[in-house]
Amino acid sequence: MEVLLIKIEKRNDVSRSIYFLTPVLAIFLTLFGGGIIFYILGFNPIEALKFFFITPISDLYGLSELLVKATPLCLIAIGLSFCFKSNNWNIGAEGQLIFGGIVGGGVALLFYNHDGFYVLPIILLSGAIGGMLFAMIPAILKTYFNTNEILVSLMLVYVAKLLLDYLVVGPWSNPEGFNFPETRQFSESARMPILFDSLRIHAGIFITLISVFFSWLILYKTYLGFQIKVSGLSLKTAKYAGYKGKTMIIIVFMISGACAGLAGVGEITGPIGQLHRNISPDYGFTAIIVAFLGRLNPVGIIFASLIVALTYLGAETAQIFLQVPKYTGQVFQGMILFFLLGSDYLLFFKIKFLGLKKNEL
Amino acid sequence: MYKLFLRYLISVLFFLWFSINANADFKVGFVYVGPTGDHGWTYQHDEGRKAVEAAGIKTTYVESVPEGADAERVIRQLAQSGHDLIFTTSFGYMDPTNKVAKDFPNVKFEHATGYKREHSNVSTYSARFYEGRTLLGHMAGKMTKTNTIGYIASFPIPEVIRGINAMTLAAQKVNPDIKTKIVWVFTWYDPGKESEAAQALIDQGADIIMQHTDSTAPVQVAEKAGVWSFGQASDMQRFAPKSILTSIIDDWAPYYVERSIAARDGTWKQQDTWHGLKEGMVAMAPYNSAMGGDLVREVEQLQKDLASGKAHSFTGPIYDQKGNILVAEGAVADDGMLAGMNVYVKGVEGDIPQ
Repeated sequence: MEVLLIKIEKRNDVSRSIYFLTPVLAIFLTLFGGGIIFYILGFNPIEALKFFFITPISDLYGLSELLVKATPLCLIAIGLSFCFKSNNWNIGAEGQLIFGGIVGGGVALLFYNHDGFYVLPIILLSGAIGGMLFAMIPAILKTYFNTNEILVSLMLVYVAKLLLDYLVVGPWSNPEGFNFPETRQFSESARMPILFDSLRIHAGIFITLISVFFSWLILYKTYLGFQIKVSGLSLKTAKYAGYKGKTMIIIVFMISGACAGLAGVGEITGPIGQLHRNISPDYGFTAIIVAFLGRLNPVGIIFASLIVALTYLGAETAQIFLQVPKYTGQVFQGMILFFLLGSDYLLFFKIKFLGLKKNEL
Repeated sequence: MYKLFLRYLISVLFFLWFSINANADFKVGFVYVGPTGDHGWTYQHDEGRKAVEAAGIKTTYVESVPEGADAERVIRQLAQSGHDLIFTTSFGYMDPTNKVAKDFPNVKFEHATGYKREHSNVSTYSARFYEGRTLLGHMAGKMTKTNTIGYIASFPIPEVIRGINAMTLAAQKVNPDIKTKIVWVFTWYDPGKESEAAQALIDQGADIIMQHTDSTAPVQVAEKAGVWSFGQASDMQRFAPKSILTSIIDDWAPYYVERSIAARDGTWKQQDTWHGLKEGMVAMAPYNSAMGGDLVREVEQLQKDLASGKAHSFTGPIYDQKGNILVAEGAVADDGMLAGMNVYVKGVEGDIPQ
């Protein structure tokens, strides 16, 4: 009996430019695959793709909404890139976001009806610290008790969610809100300044851009960044070089948690304006896709966050204009990740067909 | 390249034509919190939308819209894309609806189950589901052997507490030993949590299961355990044919058709609607013959009396858990008291989560 032999070999030289081009390829493949799905569903593929990717950003309001949506995604993904680059798998950014929101929101309620320029910075800072402390739990458990950070950080998401549920239903619920599960609307001094009248884009975008700049600075211009990258490439080398692995793990988790916490507090002081149970439509999980789509590179993450944000907006417009099911947005996100991982595999490994051989068994 | 350009041009022209045409028509938009296939809350709103469509009016819907920052954008997009009347069908859309209404004074907005009407183009509407609960209570009181009624509750808001109280009062009237056990699941739709709650209540001796959540999981658990149950929002009979005694049906269709036609003809006015059995916004699914002809006739009579106003779900004397009087003998609770209800009546076990 003859069988086809396939051998998978690791490629030794991977071109840098192709490495950064594969995400673009993945996006085109997604568009193509999406077109086919739309065709099968009975829609004109070109028209559907246009409603999905062009109509949402064809006016100023749409562009502003794109940035509103991309702001938290980019910020969280930037933080995650520190963890992922150093081989620390922080899956719980959603929980860190929510906990940051809880702490920031608590401070905002404390400053209810209180004016002053210092109110918002204090809220933002406390949100960042909240997220940071929450991210330190899996980091410390990992370094000192050898637990698995994937499981711990993921399970802590549910802890944060339930804590938020408890607070908005119970002690923090709006006294005039008929027991509905939400807090008061924060006062004006606790809200992110809006950049343009009648658009929702807010000052949070500057926080994100500043974070992008600092993450680039840390990752590419400091000793810490070098340590992070080396540990990511080879833990043994890092140990051999005498890097303090434990401190570094805790630091990357702190950075990641602070970014997620800031994103959370940015959402509640920005477009939402209060605490309730749905402060994040799973931004913390979607940001994982963003981080990898952006190749864990600060500039790449900016573009990736814009593209992923667009899939959210597109799913809404496509539904409004064509009644395409809303979940196509998630299908698109899944396809982007699938094509990216697939092309990555082909980028790092080559498949050799060794022809037909006689089966000896 | 030339072909690509041509294709682009055609699609842009098509879009322009589409949007101009769209603005010429009268259109109604719906924003749903869940999937249209939940067989509960959103399913019934979508049935209402289909009735509007059947009346010759174009409709659009967006499903599974989270009650966070995204809701405002979806509502705004509907307003911007030429929808003249927009129904937002969950409590969490209250502030976004009012915010968008401010910027689109020519578009009419209808928000379900909320209390804020900050602009003249915002109406609110809800149904007197508690009248249906009174009927369930009557049946539950008669049918229970263990004198324990299990109640799966979503959030401790007045609407839900009103339902618990109305049911308990009616059950006590026919069976003074009745106890109501409650599990709070803090969700409107989570089949997993809802079925766990149903099982926990059955394990605690409840032989009647009712729910103020939207999935069909509790009635299915009840069917398997061989206890009685009641469907919620839509007729859930086919999911638990033996167990279900009846379902409370939310019938939004007549209201949606009436309001859509009013908006199209320019007679739409701001209002706060609270309709019940009388107007048909709350309806009952066919009664299960397993409870016997006498009881069915009793319940049908009570349904007629509630609809005509001869009977009221909250007729005094009503006491709270500590025995303080809430409604005096012979009096009935007014709508203001019902709207803000936040205490249990006597006979309900446990405390309201605060």
